[in-house]
Amino acid sequence: MTEVLAADGRPLKASLNRALRRQKLRALALIAPLLIFILVSFVMPIADMLFRSVENDIVSDTLPRTVEALDAWDSASGETPDEAVFQALYTDMALATEYKSHTRLGSRLNYELTGVSSLFRKTGRRVKRFDTDVYADAFRDASPAYADAAQWAEWMDDDALRDALPRTADAYDGWAKMIVEVDNDVPAEEEPWDFVYTALYNDVMTGAEPPVAVDLSGVEPVSLREQFVEIDKDWLDPNVWQTIKIYSPKYTNGYFLNSVDLQKGPDGAEARPESERIYVVLFIRTMIMSLSIMGMCVLLGYPIAWLLANLPDRTSNLLMILVLLPFWTSLLVRTSAWKVLLQQQGVINDTLVWIGLVADGDRLQLINNQTGTIIAMTHILLPFMILPLYSVMKTIPPSYLRAAKSLGATDWTAFWRVYFPQSVPGIGAGCILVFILSIGYYITPELVGGTKGVFISNRIAYHISFSLNWGLAAALGSILLAVVLILYWVYDRIVGIDNVKLGG
Amino acid sequence: MAGLPPYASTGQRVWYYSFRVICGLIFFFLIAPILVIIPLSFNAQNFFTFTPEMLAFDPAGYSTKHYRDFFTDSDWQLALRNSLKIAPVATLLSVSLGTLAAIGLSQSHVPFRRAIMAVLISPMIVPLIISATGMYFFYSNPYIPIPFFGKVELPFTLTGTYWGVVLAHAALGIPFVIITVTATLVGFDQSLTRAAANMGAGPVTTFFRVQMPLILPGVVSGGLFAFITSFDEVVVVLFVGSAGQKTLPWQMFTGLREQISPTILAVATILITVSVALLFVLEILRRRSERLRGMSPG
Repeated sequence: MTEVLAADGRPLKASLNRALRRQKLRALALIAPLLIFILVSFVMPIADMLFRSVENDIVSDTLPRTVEALDAWDSASGETPDEAVFQALYTDMALATEYKSHTRLGSRLNYELTGVSSLFRKTGRRVKRFDTDVYADAFRDASPAYADAAQWAEWMDDDALRDALPRTADAYDGWAKMIVEVDNDVPAEEEPWDFVYTALYNDVMTGAEPPVAVDLSGVEPVSLREQFVEIDKDWLDPNVWQTIKIYSPKYTNGYFLNSVDLQKGPDGAEARPESERIYVVLFIRTMIMSLSIMGMCVLLGYPIAWLLANLPDRTSNLLMILVLLPFWTSLLVRTSAWKVLLQQQGVINDTLVWIGLVADGDRLQLINNQTGTIIAMTHILLPFMILPLYSVMKTIPPSYLRAAKSLGATDWTAFWRVYFPQSVPGIGAGCILVFILSIGYYITPELVGGTKGVFISNRIAYHISFSLNWGLAAALGSILLAVVLILYWVYDRIVGIDNVKLGG
Repeated sequence: MAGLPPYASTGQRVWYYSFRVICGLIFFFLIAPILVIIPLSFNAQNFFTFTPEMLAFDPAGYSTKHYRDFFTDSDWQLALRNSLKIAPVATLLSVSLGTLAAIGLSQSHVPFRRAIMAVLISPMIVPLIISATGMYFFYSNPYIPIPFFGKVELPFTLTGTYWGVVLAHAALGIPFVIITVTATLVGFDQSLTRAAANMGAGPVTTFFRVQMPLILPGVVSGGLFAFITSFDEVVVVLFVGSAGQKTLPWQMFTGLREQISPTILAVATILITVSVALLFVLEILRRRSERLRGMSPG
């Protein structure tokens, strides 16, 4: 078979392939700007949030030496760690105080163990006034070289010396970095601080040779452990150390455990104390309230959709405006309307009192509780139920009902056995849409829900703006996102995202 | 429900009329809360309910003082200006990018069409609080992730800036543009662009002279959706914006949460008027689009 050639002499097949490839590239080139825009402005923020829900480098960043020293400590022993850990903590805390990162770490660990925040604050205030200045004095008295900043810098450039004095080198490096970053000074012009001398003392006491010989026999050793305990007895509490150790890895599932009312214990997840369990209840409440809103929407939306689908076009178009107007009205307008209507001195209660159904003394409590949230949100989400239901019902031929009736079915049987099953896809689509929308609602529950009628999203907002526990907010958000995405997938399967209709 | 047949039984009659009453009540539930706002906004008192003077239709019970408050109060005016500054720019961004992408998506051979569509629609599906959370974290410290290397932090912040809010709102508006424009393009006859090309028009000319006029109703209604999304949005702006970007819905939200002032009702009435106007424009566009579609073959 001879090969068919295109006008330019190439094989036709190759030429067509090239055209197809061109077409694909052209389509992608048109989509690319938007795709990049969405990826940067929307997808990356979401990915960042997911990452934050497991990220936990604050402990290992702020207390790197302590975390390392704690490796050797057995958290199950019920004992306080030994002096070596306190030495590491001293260096870490002295540096963290300068960076002012100890308060942030304190509030982070406070989510896990109440009281840590104040412990860190207190320690930060006093860690510079430890009795360790005796070491510095002893070294300086022994040789003026120890008080010479340039000499120190020279020593710390010498690799052999660094190997001999590991703790000193480490403390000096941390100090030098801090001097540059926080104070904007040159380390070679500043005399090292007490904690560097303390590290040097500890190195020497463990048998290392100091750069210039010193006699330290006259120096009374300072127990850092006691120094810390003097600030606060909590440093003796193994729970504090356990918390630091548990939260020292760079990644944690702690926030997720917290979002389902668990916490990290020394051996895996354990239940939180009764008084701190709120999230499971909140998730269940969010689910139940979303389901009731969904149910209310079906109940109220079905008759309306049926009426709209079966009335003559002129009338139904007019009535459709009554559905579309709320749909187009600002969410806050509708919420404020309900806030005004549902108040104890509001229009509904006034009317009820005027009719005489309710005594003036015991007006109904319709707002700042679950009733308020359910009423207002049903109203807000009702169009989202009516519109998909309507578009499905519009496709059901009315002759089916007539056929059923002429075959002897009663009105109810004809509806229930013939009409209803055909409208189920519409119910499904509307239900998923309403459920997805309601489960993540924030504004309306916040304004009319009081304390009992709020959703999980209100808790997320609380953690971001008030408690500043961002990791927990991110974990709660991730769980909510997972639920919504599963429902979205189901919706896509049933309805198809291409078939989403807006405003009829 | 094609009227009641003459042979209907009493039970059917009762059901027929009670069904209409039920539907009437549901319509009442839908529309009454919005309508009730309007007379209340003319209340002469600082109350949120009908005063006896209002019920007696006494002119003294009504006044436009809440409207005057709205137009003279600097907070509300700042909010209005911000809303009018943010929404059009966000709309312009989402419409221009969205229309291009929708045209790309409607071509016959698009690789990963489904996945791309899912990503582009996602801002509409993901709960606002989650978008807001993510944007709050990311915009305050934006970075470019590089696989196996880490991240390059960008030397600016978007949180609390005008462009941060515009960017966020544009992202939220895009799904609406995509959906309406792709829906319009389904009815678009691709042979028209081929005919234009055949007669020597370049792609740009074809787009502006042939394709654009035909899909314009879809683009405009997508734009209206994007506009109302931004104009009505409060969660994201609460997190991403700062006091300098306070928009109308934000001001209403804080007003409702803290000291609820009747000025909100006046603002609400103005916004209802705006949405009625929008609904009207959309309906005209829908009719025009149907007419245009009827004109083109296929």
